[in-house]
Amino acid sequence: MLAESKDATYDSLQKAFEQRVEQLKRLPAMENKDKSIEEAIEEAGFSRRDFMKWSASITAMLSLPATFTPLVAEAVKVADRLPIIWLHMAECTGCSEALLRSANPSIDSLIFDYISLEYHETLMAASGWQAEQNLENAMHKYKGRYILMVEGGIPTGNEGSYLTIGGHGKKGKDIALDTSKDAAAIFAIGTCSSFGGVQAAAPNPTGAVALSEITNRPVINVPGCPPSEKNIVGTLLHYLLYGTLPALDAYNRPKWAYRLRIHDLCERRGHFDAGEFVEQFGDQGAKDGFCLYKVGCKGPYTFNNCSKQKFNQGTSWPIQAGFGCMGCSEPNFWDTMGTVNEPLKDRLYHTVFGGLGADATADKIGIGILTATAVGIAAHAAISAVKPPKE
Amino acid sequence: MSKRVIVDPITRIEGHLRIEVVVNDDNIVEEAYASSTLWRGLEVIAKGRDPRNVPLLMQRICGVCTYSHYLKSTMAMEDALGIKIPYNAELVRSLMDQALFLHDHIVHFYHLHALDWVDIVSALSADPVKASELAFKYTDFPIATGTDDFARVIDTVGKFAKHPQGLGPFANAYWGHSTYRLTPEQNLIALSHYLKALEMQRIVAQMQAIFGGKNPHPQSLVVGGVTCVMDMLDPARMGEFMVKFKKLADFVNNAYYADVLMAAEMYKTEPSVMKPMGVKNFMAFESMMLGRKDYLFDSGIIMNGDLTKTFDVDISKITEEATHSWYADDEALHPYDGKTNPNHTGFVDGESIGPDGNVVHTKNIDPEGKYSWIKSPRYDGHPMEVGPLASTLVSYVKGNKRVVKIVNDFLEKAGVPAAALFSTLGRTAGRMLQAKLIADHGLTAFNNLIENIKSGDTDTCVPYVIDKDKEYKGVGIGDVPRGMLSHWVRIKNGVVENYQAVVPSTWNAGPMDAKGQRGPYEGDLMGLKIADITQPLEIIRIIHSYDPCIACAVHVMDTKGNKISEYKVDPLYDGACST
Repeated sequence: MLAESKDATYDSLQKAFEQRVEQLKRLPAMENKDKSIEEAIEEAGFSRRDFMKWSASITAMLSLPATFTPLVAEAVKVADRLPIIWLHMAECTGCSEALLRSANPSIDSLIFDYISLEYHETLMAASGWQAEQNLENAMHKYKGRYILMVEGGIPTGNEGSYLTIGGHGKKGKDIALDTSKDAAAIFAIGTCSSFGGVQAAAPNPTGAVALSEITNRPVINVPGCPPSEKNIVGTLLHYLLYGTLPALDAYNRPKWAYRLRIHDLCERRGHFDAGEFVEQFGDQGAKDGFCLYKVGCKGPYTFNNCSKQKFNQGTSWPIQAGFGCMGCSEPNFWDTMGTVNEPLKDRLYHTVFGGLGADATADKIGIGILTATAVGIAAHAAISAVKPPKE
Repeated sequence: MSKRVIVDPITRIEGHLRIEVVVNDDNIVEEAYASSTLWRGLEVIAKGRDPRNVPLLMQRICGVCTYSHYLKSTMAMEDALGIKIPYNAELVRSLMDQALFLHDHIVHFYHLHALDWVDIVSALSADPVKASELAFKYTDFPIATGTDDFARVIDTVGKFAKHPQGLGPFANAYWGHSTYRLTPEQNLIALSHYLKALEMQRIVAQMQAIFGGKNPHPQSLVVGGVTCVMDMLDPARMGEFMVKFKKLADFVNNAYYADVLMAAEMYKTEPSVMKPMGVKNFMAFESMMLGRKDYLFDSGIIMNGDLTKTFDVDISKITEEATHSWYADDEALHPYDGKTNPNHTGFVDGESIGPDGNVVHTKNIDPEGKYSWIKSPRYDGHPMEVGPLASTLVSYVKGNKRVVKIVNDFLEKAGVPAAALFSTLGRTAGRMLQAKLIADHGLTAFNNLIENIKSGDTDTCVPYVIDKDKEYKGVGIGDVPRGMLSHWVRIKNGVVENYQAVVPSTWNAGPMDAKGQRGPYEGDLMGLKIADITQPLEIIRIIHSYDPCIACAVHVMDTKGNKISEYKVDPLYDGACST
């Protein structure tokens, strides 16, 4: 019974996708694209087989059955219909750099390059008036059709004067608001545009806020500091396939990427369950790859797919490098995740005791969850206490 | 009649920067202003936090020179707490640093700066066969310069460049500008390397991620050492690093070096590029550990372009002021004695030359008032340039054998005197020479690490205690890809009481001081002749040659110094901080 209804669901889903792809195909190609993205991929030295393999991996990443692979491939081919406007607000350019890491000749980036990047301050050749013109042209020409990607928090303090761009001294928040009005879809790339980010950490001197707080258009959050390039491209594909926003969690993060905790698929999970912990950085446990919970890993409270996707083409990820997860894809993690090298209960600042330290907190409230024997149970109990979905 | 030209945004940099100049009838710059238009206030946020959290937070100052702030902030904590980290940890950090420098310099030259030197449209008319032969003029082992490589480049890029209107990231630039000097074949060689460098920067990022877990924003440094002990003890992992390093070294020697040599040949007669610098004072600090007491780059100061002697860096002579910066206190010499609340007065209504050459209404800098989020740091009252050129020059003048050889070789090949380094071209060459020094000598650190592990030392981290009843203060200082960087911290009650970062781009990009002295950016633009004020390529080229990192530059809250043990951090919160 179950299997049948599942098949039925997939069937209807598949039909919806097919319709969607057909719709997209009917859109006119962008003017500079006189060859299909597929041709471009082949010219860059990738075989059709490479391309299909990549499509299959993306399909799996989006938690779709393998039979959807050809459709994903189709969707990628029509991706060149979508112009991208990428804005930089209060940020460090790390998210743009993350995107660059997927660069030529990887298929991910080729596709990204092929999606016309109409405005991107770090990469575009034009400066000054000419750069502004590019933005205005794109907004006008592709009205209602462009994808807006925003990197950085939006400073709203002092009437938004902490960021201005252009000869007219336009405020960052006004630019973000204007470009969001006619966007086909809006992605907040990184924790800063998703949740305010590092500049919004207490005391938030510039009044930085998430993009979603200044626009009433729906915003898909792709947090991480920075997020992996796979999550960025995957989110885009999801939009192409469904023609609507993906299933989101309480923080508007796509569920396909942010559904599971780091902890759930962690390569050191066996050691957690076995009660084998690194007690101190550099000890024998660290050399043996034991669990990092006791040295501050926030994997149990953090929803992201790092343990599966890793970074830099699978080179590594923080837990592999012996450093716990810092919770960077969670809202306000700078303020809520406590001390980076200690379990969450040991937070030092912004406590009721005025930042006087872990001992005070643990002693007076008595929430010392770490004991030698019961650590596993306690940690899981803590998760449900700490990590409720937003109201 | 004088005309005002605004370039905002300056693209292909980190952060938000405006340049504004006033030119006379001959289009010669008579006034120049640099303004950072974003403030984030991270030092304010650092206050009251656990010292172990702050290095990760400080790393978020910049995602381009990612790791620089992480490293210096961690070092500041260790200095404060009196921690001596294991030798292994020092070397692993150095290997990660090498990856950062190589990444940063390659991305800067090819993806952020090259389009100021290389005309893409011209490249498309090149003869691939001629270009392929020409590549051997600059190196014996050229990379990605076969005729097949060139055919692909022409095809890939041609699609963008043929359409002048609103098409892709190459749209609407200054192609065909009169100050582009390379031949079509030379342009094609460089353009091919632009594309190749996209691949190389990915590999060098992987190099850092081997020990860092990820890049940007690696996550393997802790106060007391490094956490990546498993990677360090894994021979396959180490081998992976070495192989990638060699690949990068090859690219630096046979593409980056060759391209700068090629650019030097053609641009050494271009006035806008060879124009003498406005500020000829340079400062650098020891960096890039190769072994015990062995650093690749030296500390020192050069004054007034005098290449016969250097001076020691005395940190107590560093001061800052905010006369033209958007902070509340105007005190020229002792800003730390006042409050430093942000005080954004914005721009003023005015006119400037628009994109079509007509006068348009704009928001302009008020040179009498405040106009930037960056402050004006001074050394003993003098503006200073920091960066790879400063580092290379200081080491050169000090007789650093590794550096002297490489610099002299380059000068000979390029056919220019050492004085030619005091120019935009020289700054770009200095960065390349720094990359070459790392490419040629970086593996010394790698080999020393192997030797040390072989001797049985596998320590990567030392334990320490933060005593909540004690007060600590410390500094982490050294050259990072954009120049001398220092992080300063005071710890009290077990949390950060005050924090400050004095960053490279502040030195270079700061506005005028109370005496009207201009910093390096502004100084370099003075007297510049601009061919076409609606296409101010000369301005952009000069500014890009500094590799601006403006998110970094606006973080400085304040500094002081009579002695190294006497400084005040972040007076915004009135933190009494001089002991």
